Amino acid sequence: MKFFDKVIGDPMNRVDGKLKVTGAARYSAEYQLPNLSYGVVVSSTIAKGRIRSIDSRAALRAPGVIAVISHENAIKVPGWADNEHPTEPPTGGRPLRAFYNNRVYSNGQPIAIVVADTYERARHAAMLVKAEYEEEKHETNFEKNKGKAVVPAVVKKNPKSGLADYERGKADAYKTASVRLEAEYVHPSEVHNPMELQAITAYWEADDKLIVYDKVQGTKPTQQAFANEWKIPVQNVRVISEFVGGAFGNGLHNWPHETAAIIAAKMVKRPVKVMLTREQMFFMVGYRPYTWQKIGIGADKDGRLTGIYHEAIGQTSSYEEFTESTLQQSKMMYTSPNIGTKYRLLPLDVSTPIWMRGPGEATGAFALESAIDELAFALNIDPVQLRLMNHTDTDPEKNLPWSTKYLKECIQVGAEKIGWSKRSLKPGGVRSGEWLVGYGMGVGTFGAHRGAAAVRAKLLANGSVVFQSAVTDIGPGTGTAMVQIASEHLGISPEKITFQLGNSDFPQAPNQGGSATVATVGSAVVATCQAMKERLLEMAPSADKRFANLKLEDVTFDKAHLSITRSPSVKVAYTELLKKQNLTELDVLQDSKPSQEASKYSRYSFSVHFAEVHVHPMTGQVRVKKVVSCADAGTIVNKKTAANQMIGGVTGGIGMALQEDAVMDHRFGRYVTKDLADYHVPVHADVPPVEVYFVDKPDYIVDPMGTKGLGEIAIIGVAPAITNAIFNATGKRIRELPVTPDKLI
Amino acid sequence: MSKINSRDQQSGESKSDSRRDFLKQSAVLTGAVLTPSIALKAAEAQWDEKLAEALEKIPLKLEVNGVSKSLMVEPRVTLLDLLREQLNLTGTKKGCDYGQCGACTVHVNGTRVLSCLTLAVMQDGRKVTTIEGLAEGDQLHPMQEAFLKHDGFQCGYCTPGQIMSAIACIREGHADSEEEIREYMSGNICRCGAYPNIVNAIVEVKKGGKKV
Repeated sequence: MKFFDKVIGDPMNRVDGKLKVTGAARYSAEYQLPNLSYGVVVSSTIAKGRIRSIDSRAALRAPGVIAVISHENAIKVPGWADNEHPTEPPTGGRPLRAFYNNRVYSNGQPIAIVVADTYERARHAAMLVKAEYEEEKHETNFEKNKGKAVVPAVVKKNPKSGLADYERGKADAYKTASVRLEAEYVHPSEVHNPMELQAITAYWEADDKLIVYDKVQGTKPTQQAFANEWKIPVQNVRVISEFVGGAFGNGLHNWPHETAAIIAAKMVKRPVKVMLTREQMFFMVGYRPYTWQKIGIGADKDGRLTGIYHEAIGQTSSYEEFTESTLQQSKMMYTSPNIGTKYRLLPLDVSTPIWMRGPGEATGAFALESAIDELAFALNIDPVQLRLMNHTDTDPEKNLPWSTKYLKECIQVGAEKIGWSKRSLKPGGVRSGEWLVGYGMGVGTFGAHRGAAAVRAKLLANGSVVFQSAVTDIGPGTGTAMVQIASEHLGISPEKITFQLGNSDFPQAPNQGGSATVATVGSAVVATCQAMKERLLEMAPSADKRFANLKLEDVTFDKAHLSITRSPSVKVAYTELLKKQNLTELDVLQDSKPSQEASKYSRYSFSVHFAEVHVHPMTGQVRVKKVVSCADAGTIVNKKTAANQMIGGVTGGIGMALQEDAVMDHRFGRYVTKDLADYHVPVHADVPPVEVYFVDKPDYIVDPMGTKGLGEIAIIGVAPAITNAIFNATGKRIRELPVTPDKLI
Repeated sequence: MSKINSRDQQSGESKSDSRRDFLKQSAVLTGAVLTPSIALKAAEAQWDEKLAEALEKIPLKLEVNGVSKSLMVEPRVTLLDLLREQLNLTGTKKGCDYGQCGACTVHVNGTRVLSCLTLAVMQDGRKVTTIEGLAEGDQLHPMQEAFLKHDGFQCGYCTPGQIMSAIACIREGHADSEEEIREYMSGNICRCGAYPNIVNAIVEVKKGGKKV
């Protein structure tokens, strides 16, 4: 095997691909339940205050309306009654409770839900609901309120938190470096905007039995959250998310519209379907928070880093604390003996943010990787050289060896493939006709996480195997990767394997997030295959006595047969063993969790992105002409789907660098960019060919397949690669995203 | 359980009473010149709601994926909502409802249209093809095959719209270069970012030369 394979060839097509290309894949709003009704959420039109009254008379008179529900008449959610903190929310603080009282905490907050027998009737009646408010002065302007940033509550509770102020050596050592710079960077709020609008269909099968078809990234965490809210046994809640139309993080939290639908379903005693509007997606289901950053960085004249100081303030809501690891990369990416970080939060009268792909690490990498590029320019050193020179062979933060790290190799290959040698050290040195040509790079890293999960497998009499896990697949191709892992570890062809997912009735799996799914659920698949092989070997002597007293390592499992490795002619089919034992199926359930050994290492995935951009000097138009991305993400299970995920990250990074900006009108505390015409995301014409390269070297410390996560590193470092390329083309350093043409002319 | 404001709790009689009231009022309405002041009165008396209720359904004939349908639909129902909510053809997706994302793209008489910006009743007598109508039995359409092969999707939500647009793009003669494909496919957003793979799929189908 070559060290670097360009991603070509014939990796497996997705197992659910046919369902997706024929329209047969069913998403949360696409289940036809008998007696279904439609709920439309009414949103607040003020940013802060109290609802004085809700006039629902006109709505109730409208045809087909079944109910108008608000804090004035909503049933009480039992889990909220006696406990201010009924659930342990993933982000700390407390999530907004739908229709809990008359308080308004942000513009666009759900204040009522109208239920009708058709969607059109519900939508119309929702327009007839009138609210009167006692308005209070709101604060939504980040820049104006920056001075009010606070230490996160999670740090006050736990001073050892990774978000606490960090110092290695001297935090301000950069100030005395022979070459140094200080710069501020601004990242605006960005909205996930998956193509599928957030949707839920809620149905109470019985007074204490709830079914939800819900767009979430974890069926089990959602099941637990709703069981807590309604004080019913966890097994009485069934969460189904068989297909999730993108999420990028906004399905990692349960939002008020979900509880609104569940309250409504309970009150009207019918299934209620709620699909948010695109506008509501900006106000109700999280976003990447507006973040201000400051970096101080210094080096000696040869380019050896002597100090990095990185400070960030992230936006959160007034009622719930959202934090993310914005500063992590600065703590461990480079060799500098002196590092300081400081993380603060600014609560405003806005809705709560949530992790958006790459999350804080991507925001932080924009600042850090820009600063490295700025320093390289100040030193008159090639940015590739500066990074290689300050590469670290052990984790300087944890003082541990890396489990694996092939970042240097990634950088070398990426530089070659983008044609880095054509780059001029001096900005504006390369032209193509009227256009200025620039090359830039950015490095990304994200923890190679692995959690605990369980997987069930059933071997059936016809020789097929059905696997089950509660995990969701928001797009990376989880089912496909799991089938491939199962195929390899069970010795059965992929066509014989089905991987069922997206149902809380299935065995435990965490949220699909933090690039941890393959490592977590894949490991459980391996463990389950192992357990099934043990069972088959136990049964084998019933078919052929020569299998008696053999151990697993003496036996080969291939093509749905066991054979004795040293005498391969002694073999028996898996299905033969079922027959011999009069079994219709063999059912195995196994769990899996990370090893102790792993904690002796620092475990990260790494990526590097190289961009070639063309900038038109008259119009400020930026065209990304080519991107090369290289990833050190351990074993690549499916190069087709993995490469696609990398391309998707690059696409997201292009949006971050050049387009995405949730602009708020602070007079009203309301976004003015609230649809896809005003909030720009990359379209076909914005995305050039993307070349993806994988190191494809296993990391067996992380998990038995040797994988490391991929989803986040696909985007982390992309935006600075593009903005650095723009600097290289134009000499203009834009530190406030997105880099729109007005900033370049 | 606390009180719900529910029409279901009203008696059936009162509901039919209100329908009778409406008929009386509408007779007055049709006899009068609809001056602004009368229109205002009508609004105050909620006649608009009642008007909608009485006249809400309009006959509509459509051929959907080769099957003739005789339907009664409200005039405000979009083609998208008709397909998804009434005909159970959920392959056509709602991504924005404003004609900005392309997820709802279908073919009407062979041409791509955004079904969210199209009122169903305006398509009377036309032929609608959705993603469910492309394959012939188990035989996928070449564009569906190409999307599978080139992995032209991730989450799959924009995929039906991308495929319907991709076919139209070739039919329109707008698939002669990758650049042109990118331009003429730009109305179909893929937030997962599978764009280059989608372009590769279209290039392959175009080069294959089969009739799409």
